[in-house]
Amino acid sequence: MSILIDKNTRVMTQGMTGKVGQFHTTNCIAYANGANCFVAGVTPNKGGQSFEGVPIYNSVLEAKQQTGATVSVIYVPPAYAAAAIDEAVDADLELVICITEGIPVHDMLRTRYRMSGRRTLLIGPNCPGLITPDELKIGIMPGHIHKKGRIGVVSRSGTLTYEAVGQLTALGLGQSSCVGIGGDPINGLKHLDVLRLFNDDPETDAVIMVGEIGGSDEEACARWIRDNMKKPVVGFIAGVTAPPGKRMGHAGAIISGGQGGADDKLAVMEECGIHITRNPAEMGRVMKKILMGS
Amino acid sequence: MKIHEYQGKEILRKFGVPTPRGKACFSVDEAVAAARALGGTVWVVKAQIHAGGRGKGGGVRVARSLEEVRLAAEQILGMQLVTHQTGQEGQLVRRLLVEEGAQIAREYYLGMVIDRDAQRVALLASSEGGMEIEEVAVHSPEKIHTLRIDPVAGLSAEEAAQAARLIGIPEGSIAGAVAVLQGLYRAFVEKEAMLAEINPLVLTADGRVLALDAKFNFDSNALFRHPEIVALRDLDEEDPAEIEASKFDLSYISLDGDIACLVNGAGLAMATMDIIKLYGGNPANFLDVGGGANREKVTEAFKLMLKNPKLKAILVNIFGGIMKCDVIAEGIVAAVREVHLSVPLVVRLEGTNVELGKKILAESGLPIISAADMADAAEKAVAAARSH
Repeated sequence: MSILIDKNTRVMTQGMTGKVGQFHTTNCIAYANGANCFVAGVTPNKGGQSFEGVPIYNSVLEAKQQTGATVSVIYVPPAYAAAAIDEAVDADLELVICITEGIPVHDMLRTRYRMSGRRTLLIGPNCPGLITPDELKIGIMPGHIHKKGRIGVVSRSGTLTYEAVGQLTALGLGQSSCVGIGGDPINGLKHLDVLRLFNDDPETDAVIMVGEIGGSDEEACARWIRDNMKKPVVGFIAGVTAPPGKRMGHAGAIISGGQGGADDKLAVMEECGIHITRNPAEMGRVMKKILMGS
Repeated sequence: MKIHEYQGKEILRKFGVPTPRGKACFSVDEAVAAARALGGTVWVVKAQIHAGGRGKGGGVRVARSLEEVRLAAEQILGMQLVTHQTGQEGQLVRRLLVEEGAQIAREYYLGMVIDRDAQRVALLASSEGGMEIEEVAVHSPEKIHTLRIDPVAGLSAEEAAQAARLIGIPEGSIAGAVAVLQGLYRAFVEKEAMLAEINPLVLTADGRVLALDAKFNFDSNALFRHPEIVALRDLDEEDPAEIEASKFDLSYISLDGDIACLVNGAGLAMATMDIIKLYGGNPANFLDVGGGANREKVTEAFKLMLKNPKLKAILVNIFGGIMKCDVIAEGIVAAVREVHLSVPLVVRLEGTNVELGKKILAESGLPIISAADMADAAEKAVAAARSH
């Protein structure tokens, strides 16, 4: 088991024929069961063509009807990416993963509003995607650093997720699923939503949660963990040294109005029973210690 | 992207929000001429810098004669204005706004932000005008009223009127306040702002509602469809290193430490700054080279880091995913050969093609200190900075 995706998931790629889409689609197909899972691409006006043996359709709805794909991954450029999410939601897909970075925030406000009351789940935008090791990789993360196992990983950032995964793998601790929820202020699944899924997954024993400055998602998640989580959680927050008012790369990584600082987040997480570390090089070791002790 | 107060007021006026009449000036003579043209007996001379807190720092003066306008302009133009947002060195004042004075009866606060939790635009309104909203939030949070706005319906006249009544705007001036609130919301949405503030919003002695200040921060991801906003950019208000970095698509923020870091990915870049601090050092910058860094970008990143006079060491921390470690290693070697490397360089590589990357660094013959992991890298960089 795993969360959200496994080897039986059927995926379409929106924006497959662009340079970025081509590169990552090739890598995803080459990983584990990818060749069976990636069944369609969507590019308007290119229906009937194919890429790497994957047929291309003009619309999400057509791709869904022809192939049975229920999940979509989006590499569409920022100006059109929100419309691509809208199309996937209108086609009633189960899950949409938007990799695109730099989508205007007002576009995302409208898209999230349109999604209310719909069943489609969104991961991202501005995220690395998600992976269930040895089964399926949907996104831009390097597949080879992962190892199948029982630790869940959820993070707002890309390479810092790889750092956590790399540490776990080096210590012999495999992962059930790893989810990058993205660094934008208006996005889909939050830490809390992913923790809830890990809590219910019988093949996840513990979770590493990696947050960063900005917003209050980590605090909300910590309170949920305190009241509901049955499994140990290791937490790290990036940005203890970030100055207020400065956007640290990610659109969402900014301390504003005195809110969203790393120290405050860490304090709340610790109060709620999360095993926090202030050392990003220690995430894996802290997890190992907890598992050895239990 | 931030703009000046006078530019923000021009935008507000286009959306029907009344402001005092005024003119932007770049010299003392211009300021006096502007005051004369405006007429009246009271003027306000205001420093135009992007930081807030200008009044407390001496950047806002009331003048009661043209001679006082001249004096105020002379004192403010060219000063290093220090506020709680500028840092100790302050910001050089190059522009002024000269405005007609207003007869202020009451002051209020209006703000508009992107509310991440509600995933809506939120209006913040308070009876406590002229104060920092952060202070109000700490000491009397009950005085801040928040209204989350439906993106399809927009801000209705009824909602706006209710918000105006909540902060104590008198009945006779509600219509004026509704115009301000709806105009602010339309400006916020149409120009794609991340933050807007009118602080203070004032009620004049004759019952008018006026925006006495205007602060906007626009979504940099949306600027491609707002050339009229891009045209308002003032490079003098931005850090030269950050402007230089943006030309090469590098994400760079100056900090006040002495260990520079070059990292791929924003989260890992922040974590690298944090671990430097944790091991007793001080990071000199945030620098994310992004996913597609090539030799040219790495070289430019090195040049940027080396411009810092306080620099004592450089830490490169790369977790190769899409970016291959051998490509980044070649970039580092080429960059070090091109620039004069005057400080110790610690490199940590991990991920795709890591062995190949380490081999390239080792065989380069360059004095590169290799690190096994992130902790080792931080420890070595802090030690190298201390002994340098």
